[in-house]
Amino acid sequence: MIHFDRVAKRYSNGFEALKSVSFDIAAGEMVFLTGHSGAGKSTLLKLIMAMEQPSRGQVLVNGSNLNRLADRHIPLHRRQIGVVFQNHQLLFDRSVFDNVALPLVIAGFPPSDVGRRVRAALDKVGLLHKEARNPLELSGGEQQRVGIARAVVNKPKILLADEPTGNLDPELSAEIMELFRQFNEVGVTLLIASHDIELLRRQQKRVLALREGELLSDQVPTALHSDGAKGHRGHHE
Amino acid sequence: MSRARKAPLPTRAGARPKVTGVSDRARAWRQHHGRSARDSLRRLLVVPVRSTLTVLMLGIALALPALLYLALANVGQLSGHWASSHQMSAYLKAGARPAAVEALTATLRARPDVAAVTAISPEQGLAEFARQTGLTGALANVKNNPLPWVLLVQPVGTAPESLATLRDQLAAELVVDEVRLDMAWLTRLQAIMQLGQRFALGLGCLLGLGMLLAIGNTLRLAIENRREEILVVKLVGGTDAFVRRPFLYTGLWYGAGGGIWALVLTQLGLWLVSKPVAQLANSYGSQFTLQGLGAGETLILLMVALIIGWLGAWLAVGRHLRDIKPQ
Ligand SMILES: Nc1ncnc2c1ncn2[C@@H]1O[C@H](COP(=O)(O)OP(=O)(O)OP(=O)(O)O)[C@@H](O)[C@H]1O
Ligand SMILES: [Mg+2]
Repeated sequence: MIHFDRVAKRYSNGFEALKSVSFDIAAGEMVFLTGHSGAGKSTLLKLIMAMEQPSRGQVLVNGSNLNRLADRHIPLHRRQIGVVFQNHQLLFDRSVFDNVALPLVIAGFPPSDVGRRVRAALDKVGLLHKEARNPLELSGGEQQRVGIARAVVNKPKILLADEPTGNLDPELSAEIMELFRQFNEVGVTLLIASHDIELLRRQQKRVLALREGELLSDQVPTALHSDGAKGHRGHHE
Repeated sequence: MSRARKAPLPTRAGARPKVTGVSDRARAWRQHHGRSARDSLRRLLVVPVRSTLTVLMLGIALALPALLYLALANVGQLSGHWASSHQMSAYLKAGARPAAVEALTATLRARPDVAAVTAISPEQGLAEFARQTGLTGALANVKNNPLPWVLLVQPVGTAPESLATLRDQLAAELVVDEVRLDMAWLTRLQAIMQLGQRFALGLGCLLGLGMLLAIGNTLRLAIENRREEILVVKLVGGTDAFVRRPFLYTGLWYGAGGGIWALVLTQLGLWLVSKPVAQLANSYGSQFTLQGLGAGETLILLMVALIIGWLGAWLAVGRHLRDIKPQ
């Protein structure tokens, strides 16, 4: 589903944020991306979103080569990917409902469908009762969940999350991870950037570790907390 | 995995919910247009003073060339009056015999470029002169009438060249002493009118450019204010057209407001001068009345306003949206 082939990214200031990174994420996988600050996690996610172009190598998403993606097809490409950012990027000039509805309005869904889908997504993240509120009136965790609802309202095949639990307490983080697991169970491919080692250990999922722009390791962490061992699944590479 | 085909349209991806049909899509698209239009208007009305000032400025910039255009049109109408009522006076030689006068009158009447010929005998001329000057008593005793025969020739066309030809041919006639046709003022007036039209055009272009820049600048601020929103919209797959739409409607609203103000100001300007003009015309015994904007011209003014609003927005949005990319 997501395929990186010797991808390098050099920013215009000459800084090489990624150096020859290769990996493959199959459809329906849930993968974590970790590494120190500045390792290149966000850069990698931006490449998948076609927010940045690789300076070398190829990125393939759902079979299409992003190097060959015409500018006018970028919006359509992005519509098949849901994104959750740490700074959730909600719009404070409109209600929670309208925030979540945005991708549907953009994609041209008829209004009757929009209402149904938005409520389903809000229900999923447990915020159905707050649809009329302004996101400003919500707590950090709630805002994060609105962001997730917006990312999944379109039922994307791929969900990217950049530090989705960045400044949330452990309980909320666990809740959000549980949400991600549920999406994964219905077939969504997930790639989640996080430097929360504890959380990665508990999840027992495949982890791509970056260091200074290079792929350091690609494996499932050894279980320290045996309660998560049941979820251990083998992966190639 | 490494297929080198052209990227397939990702919308067809299997798991993605399908939008029901073309008509639904069209409906959603129309609805977004309606929503953008309403939303843009609402945003303008939230800051009424600023919007009014912008729109008023556009109105003034449009009203100026419109008024100038009207002034020219009115002068043109006036000069048309004069030109068509303009006639040549052919003064015949003293002692021209009535038979010769009659013959010349008949030849002239037969010409295609002559509409009418009136022959005024020396006696008639004297009587007229006496009536106009009030010297009836004094002139009644004049024995030796000094006035010649005069032929008033009404030409068909008003083109200076054809008038000149007629005059020259008339002057070449044996019995004709002198032909008076003051064409200099006509040519001069036409030159001035042409200058005025050029000036109006130039002024209109300059003001139009100024309006584009003003709208562009206003929209740059609007775009900057909605930067966050644009980023999010682009991030979740909004096309450029989608992002542009509300701003284009903002431009259209500005254009509409500017056009209406321009009409109001033009009417106001007309109303201000209409009284003095009527008095002036009256003092000359003329029926002349000022002409305002016709239905077609009103429509054109509004269209120009809308186009300028839209174009200004389009240029600004095209320039600034490129700079706003999700990072
Ligand atoms: N637009 C840019 N121009 C230049 N350099 C950039 C740009 N964006 C990122 N970088 C650099 O690239 C490197 C990788 O950045 P990136 O944001 O991918 O790191 P990260 O792994 O997400 O870090 P963090 O955990 O702090 O979010 C950093 O050193 C950063 O300074
Ligand atoms: Mg980052």
